[in-house]
Amino acid sequence: MRAVPAVTDWEVPRIPLGDWFSELVAWLQDNLGELFDAISEGLESSVTSLADLLTWAPTWVMILVFALLALWLRGWKFGLAALIGFALLDGLNSYGSAMETLSLVLLAGIVAVIVAVPLGILGARSDTASRMIKPVMDFLQTVPQFIYLIPAVIFFGIGVGPGVVATVMFALAPGVRLTELGIRQVDREMVEAGEAFGSSPARILTGIQIPLAMPSIMAGVNQIIMLSLSMVVIAGMVGTPGLGADVFEATTRLQLGAGFEYGVSVVILAIYLDRITASLSAKSAVSRARRLAGAA
Amino acid sequence: MPSIQVENLYKVFGRRADEAVRALLSEDGSADAVPGTTAAVVDASFDVRSGEIFVVMGLSGSGKSTLIRMLNGILPVTHGRVYLDDVEITAMSARQIRDMRKRRMSMVFQHFALFPHRTVLQNAAYGLQIQGLGKEERLERAQRALSMVGLDGWEDRLPEQLSGGMQQRVGLARALAADTDVLLMDEAFSALDPLIRREMQDQLLALQQQLGKTIVFITHDLNEAMRLGDRIAVMRRGRIVQIGTAEAILTAPADPYVSEFVRDVDRARVLTARSVMDKPLHAVPSSASPDEALRLMRQQHVPTVLVVDAVGAPAGAVQETDANEAVRNGRSTVQSVQRPVTSVPADTAVSELFTAASGPLPLAVVDERGTLIGVVHQSALLAALGEVEHAPDRTGSEEDR
Repeated sequence: MRAVPAVTDWEVPRIPLGDWFSELVAWLQDNLGELFDAISEGLESSVTSLADLLTWAPTWVMILVFALLALWLRGWKFGLAALIGFALLDGLNSYGSAMETLSLVLLAGIVAVIVAVPLGILGARSDTASRMIKPVMDFLQTVPQFIYLIPAVIFFGIGVGPGVVATVMFALAPGVRLTELGIRQVDREMVEAGEAFGSSPARILTGIQIPLAMPSIMAGVNQIIMLSLSMVVIAGMVGTPGLGADVFEATTRLQLGAGFEYGVSVVILAIYLDRITASLSAKSAVSRARRLAGAA
Repeated sequence: MPSIQVENLYKVFGRRADEAVRALLSEDGSADAVPGTTAAVVDASFDVRSGEIFVVMGLSGSGKSTLIRMLNGILPVTHGRVYLDDVEITAMSARQIRDMRKRRMSMVFQHFALFPHRTVLQNAAYGLQIQGLGKEERLERAQRALSMVGLDGWEDRLPEQLSGGMQQRVGLARALAADTDVLLMDEAFSALDPLIRREMQDQLLALQQQLGKTIVFITHDLNEAMRLGDRIAVMRRGRIVQIGTAEAILTAPADPYVSEFVRDVDRARVLTARSVMDKPLHAVPSSASPDEALRLMRQQHVPTVLVVDAVGAPAGAVQETDANEAVRNGRSTVQSVQRPVTSVPADTAVSELFTAASGPLPLAVVDERGTLIGVVHQSALLAALGEVEHAPDRTGSEEDR
């Protein structure tokens, strides 16, 4: 009699997904290494000049500028809060780092918006594109933040480059989603009205869909900026300068006081960026028309 | 000349739409022949004449909104053809269709579809902007369209600051400003409350008098259809079950569904003198003798005959008693005993005939040239109101889907 093979012994063979991925990364690095280096250098110099610009004027002037921007966009209360907040940053000796972080956030945010909005529009116009974009966005949004840093470091070394690239990847998803959602939510009859009077699809997009989707798109921009900030801080682990590097240093050395101070600095910057971008989203096409028409 | 011509139009939604159309074409099959498909419009054929208001009437889900969207190509057809002045719309490229919409067809929407980020004036100018007109000219023409619908002084407001009726006036002005000869109106007044709706209907009819557009008007309200429509197409489950004037649909409904539908219509407002008048004429010339008049009365079993003059216009009426007296008095013609009679144009509504027919004499019905073409007795008036050709079929009144 032959022995009956034990069913319980069988298991799914080891799938070397990790090996495949690292092989892919190695191949990309071998073949596109120069391109990655160039991107890295470009990002580095952009962030440096942006940070230089933000620290060019005396600190108290810049604090006033930030406060006035807040005053203009949201009113005197927030203007005052911004004034106190940025003065506190300076008092905590983290103003310079905060400006580096701000430059990183702005650059990564701009790149992410430039990528995300067109992708969202594409997804809104084509169901097929939407079906392809959606799982990619799910993936980008759910992979733990730290994982982005590994390939980023391999491709772009350490410093600004990997930080910005990882940040763009991580912050992309809500921008894409909210753009697509905003455009899809524009009343079907409104689009038909455009069609019925002979508008081309491009004209309907720019004249009807995007203006009416603006609040949603701007909410996406707000999300991109906030996620960028959180990722830029984490990117301190791979030598990206700014508050992140300070926080990381404090963490590895278990410096409780310094860690707390840098943490507070991040929070101040986060609240400022959130309120500023949120008030931008309130300046939609409809509310501008309301203002012009003298309504509430 | 027909302005819009629709031939065997089908619209089926679903992946296997073509298959479903083949099934519908082959046998007079049911719409559910192919699972997963929904037939919204089935074999619709009709002509819209230049300058008429053509109403498509049906309950929600009968396919009328789908139908109108195929006329300007917003929805592609599954099968069939649409022509505008003998040019096939269904064969046009996307660019040609856009061009056709710019120059020939505009549309008014159920929920107005005004752009919330544009002022009333900018909304009205939208079509002209798409046509590529310069700013000054398009604002001026939009302004004219706005005053046509009575919205002077509201140009710089936003749509949200206007009431529903006023918003739809902006919608109408936007369509009128584009100055197309065809106007598609998709349930344009359905979202308005009844008083405003009536006002808008009156305004549309008044504007139509002036402008003479070719209008395709969609509605689920039969009274609205009868008020506005030169001709009405009744739709049910994607099929057109009857096309005709309001009177034709009321007096000769094509099937039990239509007759059930028209039961609640105020017949006195829709029916006209033409449809209730008696046509074998009981009339004698003015030169006839009283004897001749009496003979005709006896032949026709009527108590009165009309008298016509030399050109055929009604001159009066002679009653039996008067004619007998004339014979006794030896009069030679009926002219001496005739009584004045009221004449009404053939398209007068029955509701107005009641006030006209106050005396015992019948009403003389005349055509545009004033020639006598019929007579309305009071008994005929009452009969017209109760007339129902088809007995109402209760089993045929299930929900329309």
